[in-house]
Amino acid sequence: MTETTLSATDSTPSAGFTPPTRFAVPGRISVNNLTAATWQRATLTDVRRETPHAATFRFAVPDWEGHLPGQHLMLRLRAEDGYVAQRHYSIASPPDDTGHIELTLDHVDGGEVSGWFHTVAKPGDEVEVRGPLSGFFAWPGDRPALLVGAGSGVVPLMSMVRHHRARGLSLPLRLLVSARSPEELIYASEYGAETTPVFTRTAPEGVPVGRVSAAHVAALLADRPEGGWEAYVCGSNGFAEHASRLLVDAGQPVDRIRIERFG
Amino acid sequence: MNVTRGFTGRPRVRNDGLPPGQYDAGDDWPVLSAEVTPDLAPEEWTFTVDGLVAEPRTWTWDEAHALPPSAYEGDIHCVTSWSKFGVRFGGVSLDAFLDTVRPAPEATHVVAFSHTGYTANLPLADLTGGRAWIVWEYGDGPLPAEHGGPARLIVPHLYFWKSVKWIAGLRFLDHDEPGFWEQNGYHHRGNPWEEQRYSGD
Repeated sequence: MTETTLSATDSTPSAGFTPPTRFAVPGRISVNNLTAATWQRATLTDVRRETPHAATFRFAVPDWEGHLPGQHLMLRLRAEDGYVAQRHYSIASPPDDTGHIELTLDHVDGGEVSGWFHTVAKPGDEVEVRGPLSGFFAWPGDRPALLVGAGSGVVPLMSMVRHHRARGLSLPLRLLVSARSPEELIYASEYGAETTPVFTRTAPEGVPVGRVSAAHVAALLADRPEGGWEAYVCGSNGFAEHASRLLVDAGQPVDRIRIERFG
Repeated sequence: MNVTRGFTGRPRVRNDGLPPGQYDAGDDWPVLSAEVTPDLAPEEWTFTVDGLVAEPRTWTWDEAHALPPSAYEGDIHCVTSWSKFGVRFGGVSLDAFLDTVRPAPEATHVVAFSHTGYTANLPLADLTGGRAWIVWEYGDGPLPAEHGGPARLIVPHLYFWKSVKWIAGLRFLDHDEPGFWEQNGYHHRGNPWEEQRYSGD
């Protein structure tokens, strides 16, 4: 982890054209392009089951130069006939996990990469990664953060929560996480007072079943820190659309919402 | 690169239409946008071309639709590794707009920007000669909002982050100016066939 990677700027300097509109949230960091362009060998060291459908894969990546919570990487596998498959995955671990990174992968039906991970991979196996990528959906720990995720969309958000804890940061951080059931809630044992879980199919005794609602969002936004929240939404496109609408309707500025969607 | 133990990939037929590192998304069309999908009605939509052009101009929805129709039928490629084959977008060739505004001789690059404020940079040469469109139809229906409706730019020979959703305009410049993702580490041009994904590729 180098300080240059972590030193976030509020805006990417751009003296040039700025569109006459609202979004255009500037990038948070200058991605170290040279590092991000290099494929590195990653050795699987551990597999932890999170839920019946998701597991965390821990890798030793000796030359990993660090990342910001929320960033992702590209991973590739190669078959004997030369066929290459590559996918983007969010990084679950915090930056201070020196020389190691963790990914939490759903076992996607028919997924050729996630299928390999869930049915073939074992410690000692090698894959290749490059990154970290994209400084946009990244939280260096510089602003109050309102995190809203569903399913494996919680993965990059968990990197932020872990970073907040590991560094003992005092600025506000809240996590609203949606899962089908308690059994499907990734990282269930790690959540603390910062987290509100929401269950859409089955919930523990006494907890209502339902999707993330205006009431959930209003409760979080009512607790407005100085300077307001930076909101991070991650999940399927359907969830991202739903959650980002709720945030906008509740008064969160459009240009303070960062979204990562997956298909 | 070494072979990954036990990895075979899914059964596949050779597909010459697939750029390196891409897979066929089939019927899926993932939505990749870092923004909140805007509520933009067709009657609010405008398309402005300005900067280094002889005659800057703004088109309304109806004015744009009065131009000769043109469709793109072919493939699209996203930097996140999926490609989609045989899609159809209906709209107007960008050439029709550029014929009116007449880019200045010194114009070399363009910043395409959306009604939300998203930007992407493009060499002018990538936008002319029937290689770019402003589109409002997908398949037989209107372009869905989450895919850039009511209207978006498409530049199908480049990675799809260049195909700006909710397109608001093009500004012509005499230099290259990185847009949103280009400032966030993506390649300045983004040619899928040369696998220009990230800065440094």
